Amino acid sequence: MDIESIDQIIDTHGAEPSALIQILLEIQADHHWLPGESLERVSERLGVAMTRIMHIATFYKAFSLVPKGRHEIHVCVGTACHVRGAERVLDSVEDLTGIQPGETDVDLKFSLETVNCLGCCALGPVMEIDGKPHGKMLPGKIADVLETYA
Amino acid sequence: MSATSLRIDGKHIEAEEGMTLLEAAQLAGINIPTLCQHEGLEPYGGCRVCMVEIEKRGWSKLVAACVYTVEDDLIVRTRSEKIDRIRKTVLELLLAHAPDSPQLLSLAREYGADKDRFEAQASFCVHCGLCVRYCAEIKKANAVGFLDRGKRREIAFMPGIAAAECASCMECFALCPTSALQAAYVWVSALVPPLDHAEV
Amino acid sequence: MSRIGSPVELEEYREALRAERDPAKPHITLCGGSACLATGSREVAAGMEAELQAQGLGDQVELRKTGCRGFCERGPVVVTHPDESCYLQVEPGDAQEIVAQSVNGHAAIDRLMYTDPGTEERIQKESDIPFYAHQVRRVFGSNGSIDPKSIDDYLAIGGYSALEKALFQMTPEGVVEEVKKSKLRGRGGGGFPTGRKWEESRNAPGEAKYVIVNADEGDPGAYMDRSLLEGNPHLILEGLAIGAYAVGAHEGFIYVRQEYPLAVENIILAIKKAEEYGFLGSNILGSGFDFTVSVHMGAGAFVCGESSALMTALEGRVGEPRPKYIHTAVKGVWDQPSVLNNVETWANVPLIINEGADWFGEYGTEGSKGTKIFSLVGKITNTGLVEVPMGMTLEDIIFKIGGGIPEGKKFKAVQTGGPSGGCIPEALLGLEVGFDELTEAGSMMGSGGMIVMDEDTCMVDVARYFLDFLADESCGKCAPCREGTAQMLKILTDITQGKGKAGQLEVLQELAEVAREASLCALGKSAPNPFLSTLRYFRDEYEAHITEKRCPARSCKELIAYHIDPALCRACMQCMKQCPADAIDGGRNLVHVIDQSKCTKCGTCLEVCPARYSAVMLTSGEPVPPPIPEEQRIIVRKGKEA
Repeated sequence: MDIESIDQIIDTHGAEPSALIQILLEIQADHHWLPGESLERVSERLGVAMTRIMHIATFYKAFSLVPKGRHEIHVCVGTACHVRGAERVLDSVEDLTGIQPGETDVDLKFSLETVNCLGCCALGPVMEIDGKPHGKMLPGKIADVLETYA
Repeated sequence: MSATSLRIDGKHIEAEEGMTLLEAAQLAGINIPTLCQHEGLEPYGGCRVCMVEIEKRGWSKLVAACVYTVEDDLIVRTRSEKIDRIRKTVLELLLAHAPDSPQLLSLAREYGADKDRFEAQASFCVHCGLCVRYCAEIKKANAVGFLDRGKRREIAFMPGIAAAECASCMECFALCPTSALQAAYVWVSALVPPLDHAEV
Repeated sequence: MSRIGSPVELEEYREALRAERDPAKPHITLCGGSACLATGSREVAAGMEAELQAQGLGDQVELRKTGCRGFCERGPVVVTHPDESCYLQVEPGDAQEIVAQSVNGHAAIDRLMYTDPGTEERIQKESDIPFYAHQVRRVFGSNGSIDPKSIDDYLAIGGYSALEKALFQMTPEGVVEEVKKSKLRGRGGGGFPTGRKWEESRNAPGEAKYVIVNADEGDPGAYMDRSLLEGNPHLILEGLAIGAYAVGAHEGFIYVRQEYPLAVENIILAIKKAEEYGFLGSNILGSGFDFTVSVHMGAGAFVCGESSALMTALEGRVGEPRPKYIHTAVKGVWDQPSVLNNVETWANVPLIINEGADWFGEYGTEGSKGTKIFSLVGKITNTGLVEVPMGMTLEDIIFKIGGGIPEGKKFKAVQTGGPSGGCIPEALLGLEVGFDELTEAGSMMGSGGMIVMDEDTCMVDVARYFLDFLADESCGKCAPCREGTAQMLKILTDITQGKGKAGQLEVLQELAEVAREASLCALGKSAPNPFLSTLRYFRDEYEAHITEKRCPARSCKELIAYHIDPALCRACMQCMKQCPADAIDGGRNLVHVIDQSKCTKCGTCLEVCPARYSAVMLTSGEPVPPPIPEEQRIIVRKGKEA
């Protein structure tokens, strides 16, 4: 992680404290997590307290303070998917990957998160991997889908 | 500042515009219990212990006295069956975290709250925010802050800043209504070097 | 493209656009909304483009990728023009036929058309399909005609004419009056009269005023705002600019959740185009009015949909709500007057300005004027986004438009208002949809999510589900919500797991009162609603869970069991092979038995057991019959000796 790329993001937003969340979103998108040094740099250049940054980094689900896996699994647990059996899908994913939502496996292969509504309710229950939605999921189908990811 | 005229518990009060109900009540010698209130800090409105009932134009609702500003012709009640019931339950919810807190226990006695009503909770922080706000607003050191949200919300010391600032200060410890030890425990643990990720 | 500097220039430009677009000329529209993209509309588009080239029609026939058209269950959706033939669940392989037959004026393609489930009749025209026929798509309808990435498409259908009218033919006060007269109420959940909010901000003192679009859309199962923002971003920009003019704001924000990347992309592009053309920026259309808009992304917190929390997030802080004793219309972002409205509310504004308040009020009830877009999802045949007049009954929406419950199941309840709302039972299906009507029934309008539930949905679990959601999303600042939702969740979880005890319903009701009366914000105050409404209408389910340890819907895992009826099992081995837990014993001629100690209650066996056998039984509240002895499980097939 090079400081220059962090500085560039900060500069695009004019180092404005009100842009703090937008800046962190870009760092997260680039690095797939928020490295400690990047947060220190943001604190320094924006003149905002580390407590504020750390609260934001832990309050909002988009941020991760640890590196995420190569593949991000998002299981939709929105109401429409829930009513169509999303819990069972989630249970199966947990069993197969060995991780709970919010966790990453030891090989840094999969990260698992629950999300509330991807807007594809017609396909529910939906499991999205790396942005690609897999619809009409059943517990029995999951192993096959996961196997396609290296 | 113009005067605002309202009634609290039947008593007529002339208050300054911009005053909170809590301040106006204090003027009149009426006691409203608080937990997160501190005269040197901005009102927080987090503990909800100071909820009072207001009535205007036929409508009534509960508001937090520490943040609601006075209005003309407002009718305020600081005690009622409903208010007492709500204060009792709020205290019971907080006592599940801090059953030994002298402040909470004294209020519990007054409102008939049972400290063992709800299952004991692991963390004894009641989120009054006094430590965080004191360090931010008065000391301007921001050595301690909140992390996360909901039930997972907790106070945490920022290791680097705490190591530099806290030993010579520790003023927040006395503010903590639950246990000064809580603050110390968390402080000490923040000074332990973080585990190297590869070693886990 | 040079900036359009006056109303005259705008009309000239619009005329020129219209002149080069012949409505009689064949063109194909293909839905590119997120749901259709998920079912492959990108591949269909590629197939169509290739086909148009191959058949030499690339220059004559336009393929327009539009925003969401609402019929999400049957996507990808293609409509050919001018015949308006609607094709559903289109695949790339269908491109050749669609291009060749329909566009060249040949007979339409039967197999891709909508089939009426009752009469088996094929319906060709989009507007004749029952799903659409009963809707009134005043706001959402344009989605099907325009490419959201094209400002010219928007201008060709009359876009930005309302902004022109407001700036040049109306005063700011006049705009506020018209919106007040229309009785438009907020479409995001609160239902607050929009005109009154604008007036309050207009009259409030402040050096700078702001207008804000709330595109955080956190209610799970609701995606109307997503489709509006993705499919017709300029409509929202136009509404926002009109509002800014009315209120006296010169800066606007669009707060959009980062989970909607296509919406973010399209609105950023729309702003850029609008600036290029002169509909945003300084001296808009030569009126002297300046207005700029920027986009802020959410970072994953439901509470940021609450207006004061959203404004705090705009300031670059944690989304903790503030007490709203002083309206945010008076003190909002940076304590300045701020008008925050939902995407759909803003979308209605240009229509009201162009057509008038009376036109707007042609539809609706006394207390709820206009139309509303609902996301009709869950156990429903026609999942999708529907726009109906306020006052239409729930029954009509669910059965006439929604096509009722699939698989012959029985309707049980419809959940509206998201996590702040409640469940409405069958007895109230005649309810006319409106803000006050839904609130009286123990629910609320909310942002428009309508989740249909059937006999297999456990209502206690529904309450638990919403409390789980809210406990996770609570900001944690105030005790009634932070502690209250956690305690309510614990009790409801215990009840769904068969650990319910007498007296717990009373504790839940007490916690509900504390949350409702003493929470800092609407999230906490409305958190008890799903529980209270399910208790009101489905108390028997709660009693069954607590006293009998039985789940009437046979859904709660700890209270159900699957077993195979040995009299019906024909040992086909389907369930054995597909059981993810390897919990079924048996063989080719050996009746199958589920090992209860290994069974994870996933339900796969019930799904896959062939209908003609239907040997898998799902029970709750009764003991599972013990497996019959192995000797009795041997099946003797006809014509074979044992």
